Amino acid sequence: MTRIHKNTGGAAVTVRGLVKHYGETKALDGVDLDVREGTVMGVLGPNGAGKTTLVRILSTLLAPDTGQATVAGYDVVRQPRQLRRVIGLTGQYASVDEKLSGWENLYMIGRLLDLPRKDARSRADALLERFSLTEAAKRPAATYSGGMRRRLDLAASMIGRPSVLFLDEPTTGLDPRTRNEVWDEVKRMVGDGVTVLLTTQYMEEAEQLASELTVVDRGRIIAGGAIEELKAKVGGRALRIRPADPTQLRPLAAALDELGITGLATTTVDTDRGDVLVPILSDEQLTAVVGAVTSRGITLSAITTELPSLDEVFLSLTGHRASAPQDAVPAEDLQEAAV
Amino acid sequence: MSAVTIHDAEADARISLRGHLRHTGALIRRNLLWIRKDPESMADALLMPVIFTLLFVFVFGGSIGQALGGGQDRYVQYVIPGMIAMMSMTLSQGVGTGFSQDFNSGVMDRFRSLPIGRGSVLFAKISVELLRMLFATAVLMIVAVAVGFEITNWPGLFATVALSTAFASSIMWVFLTLGVILKNAQSVQAMGFLVLFPLQFGSSIFAPTTSMPGWLQAFTDYNPLSTLADAARGLMVGGPVAHDLWVTLGWSVAITAVMAPIAIHKFRTKS
Repeated sequence: MTRIHKNTGGAAVTVRGLVKHYGETKALDGVDLDVREGTVMGVLGPNGAGKTTLVRILSTLLAPDTGQATVAGYDVVRQPRQLRRVIGLTGQYASVDEKLSGWENLYMIGRLLDLPRKDARSRADALLERFSLTEAAKRPAATYSGGMRRRLDLAASMIGRPSVLFLDEPTTGLDPRTRNEVWDEVKRMVGDGVTVLLTTQYMEEAEQLASELTVVDRGRIIAGGAIEELKAKVGGRALRIRPADPTQLRPLAAALDELGITGLATTTVDTDRGDVLVPILSDEQLTAVVGAVTSRGITLSAITTELPSLDEVFLSLTGHRASAPQDAVPAEDLQEAAV
Repeated sequence: MSAVTIHDAEADARISLRGHLRHTGALIRRNLLWIRKDPESMADALLMPVIFTLLFVFVFGGSIGQALGGGQDRYVQYVIPGMIAMMSMTLSQGVGTGFSQDFNSGVMDRFRSLPIGRGSVLFAKISVELLRMLFATAVLMIVAVAVGFEITNWPGLFATVALSTAFASSIMWVFLTLGVILKNAQSVQAMGFLVLFPLQFGSSIFAPTTSMPGWLQAFTDYNPLSTLADAARGLMVGGPVAHDLWVTLGWSVAITAVMAPIAIHKFRTKS
């Protein structure tokens, strides 16, 4: 057995030159990645970008062709068993047994993780409670709603008290309300000090959960950094302001342009929707704009912020649209958070 | 928190025998829960011995019995030991289809990302399917007695069950491999059928091979289902046993020796 030097803090996940082919297709084409302990790394990219392949390699389900990866100091190829003891995996694929009840699933996983019977029982109870599944504890998982299923998946990943958690598109296919529920759970897990690597197709999800972001396209990393930096790079948010009286539209736009807020980009008047679009780069700018509008005494009927879609992020980073056309995020998925 | 939860790495790399047993036990419990929740999944193990016994005894029993120098009663004594052989083969398919479902539902990824030996998953599946097979054998014997089979030799019956269990567990490695490499449960079933059908009917299970053409006899003589059926007859009803017993055991050992490593390798390296 190889001797392992203890993970001395810093990197929870280290990836160097990772390559994986499926026949002719290059799923991963030389990926480098570092995730610091206690942080949430978002990996953003369209279908087929290699996100799932990356997670499967890091969770030892798939062997890389070349390159190196360690999780919590353990090598994915040479120390898979030690590695499996410190990770949790919730994914599009890693799932629960649908025929078993929620409780039976968690108990089974507890036993597979070597918990004594009594501890496996109490851990199952506690996690069901924590993920608000106590009432559904005895029902087969097949009868759960989409959101309950994901929460059970998350609970299953938490049984072994992992130090690194992999979430592979945790909210894909969920409706917005359920998605918020899952986000809240993930945030609580992060609050407990777990390091999270999260893959997603949604800029909004990355912004909600991740502190750092890596953008992948066709097996390569095309951008990375703190989420704020990246947002600035891709144009950040836009503020949509709608005056109650449509005739106020142009005066409103003129007023905004006169403000002279440093670095504020030009406003766009959207007569079809009856509102004004103002790109903003910081919370300070946002506050200044809102303050200016109210001080002019213009009555507003709506004010929302929008995040760039995955497509827009890709367009500004790579000059081409996200590779897989089906990944174009539909308009409803644009962030519409009330200010 | 990670500093606290990281165990001694060397110790974590090994799984003790008790650990393996605990993991296998937890997975066996899972498969038994499936049966409890979905008793219909036992329908094949319950109905197959009933239907096949009634079908063969009442449809073919009279004429084949005559050829054997008796009647339907004579045929019952002939075909029941063969039925045990047949069921060991047919029910073995369940490990393959079950495995295929586990891969497709994603629960296998969960298991494979846990720090358990990969063998536990395989052994648990095999154990539960063997239990199902024993259940089917019990049903078969009840029906057999109802249609006139006389159990004269209990040790012989138990020896037969032991032999067919040994053979079935070797065949299960074949179906496990199919379950790992084929895309879905339907493909496993279709492929299983292609393998099973000629082996079952090109054998001495349902009728003596003496009237078959020479080339077919050459096949049936070494078909493990024939030797299993003949050994079962010898053990339960009487007649020569040794040769068929050794050939059957030889097949079991050979199939396991070849297929178990392949199944485990395919299971380990499946992406």
